[in-house]
Amino acid sequence: MSLVLRHVSRAFGGVTAVDDFNLALEEGELVSLLGPSGCGKTTTLRMIAGFLAPTAGTIEMDGEVISSPESVLPPERRRMSMIFQSYAIWPNMTVAENVGFGLELRKLASGEIRRRVDEILGVVQLGALRDRYPAELSGGQQQRVALARSIVVKPSLLLLDEPLSNLDANLREEMRLEIRRLHDEFKIAMVYVTHDQAEAMVTSDRIVVMDKGRIEQIDAPFELYARPRTRFVAGFIGRTNFLEGKPAAHGVDFGAFAVAPEALGLEARQRDAVVVSLRPQSIQLLRGEAAAADGRCRARGVVQRRSYLGEYWDYQVLLHGLAEPLRVSTRAHEVHEAGDAVVADIDPAQLTVIR
Amino acid sequence: MSARPEAAALAPGPSVSLRRRWRDADKSAWVWLVAIALLLLLVVNPLLRLLVVSFQQPDGSFTVANYVAAYSRARYLEALGHSLVLGVSAGTLCLVFGVPLAWALSRTDMPGKGLIWVSILGTFIIPPYLGAVGWILLAGPNAGWLNRAAVALTGADKGPFNIYSMPGLVLVTACYSFPYVFMFTKSALDLVSSEMEDAANILGAGTLRTMRSVTLPLVLPALLGAFILVFLEAIALFGSPALLALPGRFHVVTTQLWQFFEYPPKVGVAAAYAMPLLCVTVLLFWVQRRLTSRKGYVALTGKGGERRPVQLGAWKWPLLGWCLFVCTLSFFLPMVVICQAALAKAWGRGFALDNLTLANLRFTLFENTLTRNATIHTFLYAGAAALIAVLLAMVVAYVVNRELVGRRVGGVLSFLTMAPFVIPGIVLAIGFYAAYTHAPLLLYGTAWILILAFATRFLPIAYANSAASIRSIHPELEDAVRILGGTRLTAVRRVVLPLLKRSLAGAFILVFIPGTRELSSAIFLYSINTQVLSVLLFDKSDEGNFEMLASIGLVLVVITVALILVGFRLLGRDFMLRRTAA
Repeated sequence: MSLVLRHVSRAFGGVTAVDDFNLALEEGELVSLLGPSGCGKTTTLRMIAGFLAPTAGTIEMDGEVISSPESVLPPERRRMSMIFQSYAIWPNMTVAENVGFGLELRKLASGEIRRRVDEILGVVQLGALRDRYPAELSGGQQQRVALARSIVVKPSLLLLDEPLSNLDANLREEMRLEIRRLHDEFKIAMVYVTHDQAEAMVTSDRIVVMDKGRIEQIDAPFELYARPRTRFVAGFIGRTNFLEGKPAAHGVDFGAFAVAPEALGLEARQRDAVVVSLRPQSIQLLRGEAAAADGRCRARGVVQRRSYLGEYWDYQVLLHGLAEPLRVSTRAHEVHEAGDAVVADIDPAQLTVIR
Repeated sequence: MSARPEAAALAPGPSVSLRRRWRDADKSAWVWLVAIALLLLLVVNPLLRLLVVSFQQPDGSFTVANYVAAYSRARYLEALGHSLVLGVSAGTLCLVFGVPLAWALSRTDMPGKGLIWVSILGTFIIPPYLGAVGWILLAGPNAGWLNRAAVALTGADKGPFNIYSMPGLVLVTACYSFPYVFMFTKSALDLVSSEMEDAANILGAGTLRTMRSVTLPLVLPALLGAFILVFLEAIALFGSPALLALPGRFHVVTTQLWQFFEYPPKVGVAAAYAMPLLCVTVLLFWVQRRLTSRKGYVALTGKGGERRPVQLGAWKWPLLGWCLFVCTLSFFLPMVVICQAALAKAWGRGFALDNLTLANLRFTLFENTLTRNATIHTFLYAGAAALIAVLLAMVVAYVVNRELVGRRVGGVLSFLTMAPFVIPGIVLAIGFYAAYTHAPLLLYGTAWILILAFATRFLPIAYANSAASIRSIHPELEDAVRILGGTRLTAVRRVVLPLLKRSLAGAFILVFIPGTRELSSAIFLYSINTQVLSVLLFDKSDEGNFEMLASIGLVLVVITVALILVGFRLLGRDFMLRRTAA
């Protein structure tokens, strides 16, 4: 199975929900669409499913155009499957009937349907509940029914629309892993829509970060976090500090410290101001000496505020020469009081230049 | 396939072919198209024909002669005036009847609320023309029970009451329309919280002052809306005026329209004469909508808040007296005399045991072919009409709600489906007559014209119900079917319909009930072989066989009660109210 979206756009009235979306999905790949609500990710998913026509661009599956502004192959002919935000478990059918319905539509023999339903219910641990009605199930169990129902038909592509957003936090974490496990087990290509970055990081091979209908960046989770290319991505994936640097004779000057342009991957002749992202946990807080060692940057500052979050400390440190305090995360045993003078130790390699 | 989407995007995609368009086409579109065609046939064509016919000579050429004929005779204009008087007086009397009852039941500690509730529900169940029959038995000029009682009490040689008069007609009309005022006012009062009245009390206003300056203004839009509704109901009514005004030798618009249809039917003149009725109805419904949906009255849109019943003290007895009086006029008295007549060998002989018999009912239901057939027809036509109305309403509601035809076309469809709500039954019937009395769509004389007219008339009830229940079904339930390989029709058949079973049954009953008692459109469209009970009841009224009339009426009431009980069982006790809300 291959899926290619070329210049796909979708407008509702005069409002553009998706703008020039390009993506090629690899065989068996799990790609998630990540972004704040209203960024166009669900619209994109519904276009892939065939529920919505694009207003520009095409969607191709295995080299054949399945969606264009002129004509859209109806969803029922795409051999895909989907998990909906509301789960969309049919309340008038039992668990087994829900799961078997897709197989029934594919005209399988009833014995075969029964065999495959029982098998998949075993996989999602719902075998004991096969004759229950959805109203008698918990949210997590309904979620599993939805999973089983969409996987049992062995779809060419599985679409997931915020599948975990209605679950409580613990269950959500469990189900993330479950979805990834099912993906690895059945090798189904998946497009996964979510607004939860942790969910996307845990489940995905690649993440498409979207904002206001446009793609901001497509990358693997690690790359996305370590090398955000836009200010939006840097701010949306994890927390970060933005610093503005001006090229000067002694390097790019950030006010509290300066870095050689080469260390930032910039050309030596860099003239324009640059913005870099610096993750809170990439900063170390030291007491005492401010002298820099082996290419690292150091700057003096004062702890303004601190919060203890159990797993780590969250400090706000105002460095001399900066107007805004930096967010700094340290391990739980590195304690500084508010008002303490500290030295911030920064590895220039952790500074990521963004557009 | 390229790993880099940017590179993939650069290559041009294949172009669109006709083959692809056919491959992608929605093969279930014919269902929606049939529904739209049916809608045109049921709603648009009759109205269009009504308009056309009003400007046509018998040979088909254009003329305004129909309008001249309709509005040039004093007698015809007088009938218009009578309708106006009837509407305004009935509306006013309904306020006098209904508002105290609504206040008593909504806001006070008056005893006997349950009894009043039941009798108001009972009043709803009696078809207005049956009420008229009851009142003929009560206040007919000589033999009416009230007149006989008055003679016996005062020793006068003639009773004071004559139901065959404008006041009589107003009274009977009001008796069977005041439940609308009651419902409107009560639901408005239910939303005025005691806190609002407390606020006025704390500022020094007494109970009366509070009522005048706070409560009344808050429910005023509902009162006006109800008044308009009763007015429209009264001027569109055919049964009661036909039973009371014709013997009283005066006409209202509806009876005059009926007279235009006496052989040879003057359809063009009737159509022209029906125009004011249609226009006034459309206009006033619009006004009524505006009044009751106005946003300015926060109390009527917001949540109720706490409500305490007003302590009436000794005043509860006069209030209860008034409530009982109204219910006696509308429910107890007519029902008693109708039951008596239905079960009497001769109703004039009174309430003696040896006067009791089941012969009338047996005769009506089993022995007389005419009434027996009419009973069967009543069930059959109402059932068929309800089925058609519910199916059509359901399809339209689905198409509109799921935006299968675009929002604008959907809006038009929705409007057309609701349109019969503002068309008086009698006007709709004339439209049907004008549209379907000649080839290629010759339906007149067949059962179909009645069935389709009933279906059209009560389509809005079915639509309001279907739309509400379809809105309650999450579209993703259908999306889930489709993405797994089912067509839209499969989704409807396997998921939507099973989920809607109960509410569709409810809609069916809500159309079936008025279908069994519909008179005003049936009277223009029936033929000898397609009589229904309501028509028969009206037809037999000038024979003076009140035992038979009462039996027919009783059969109708029993049918209605049975249907309502089924509805209660199936859907819970509020299913009747949803209709009023819609």
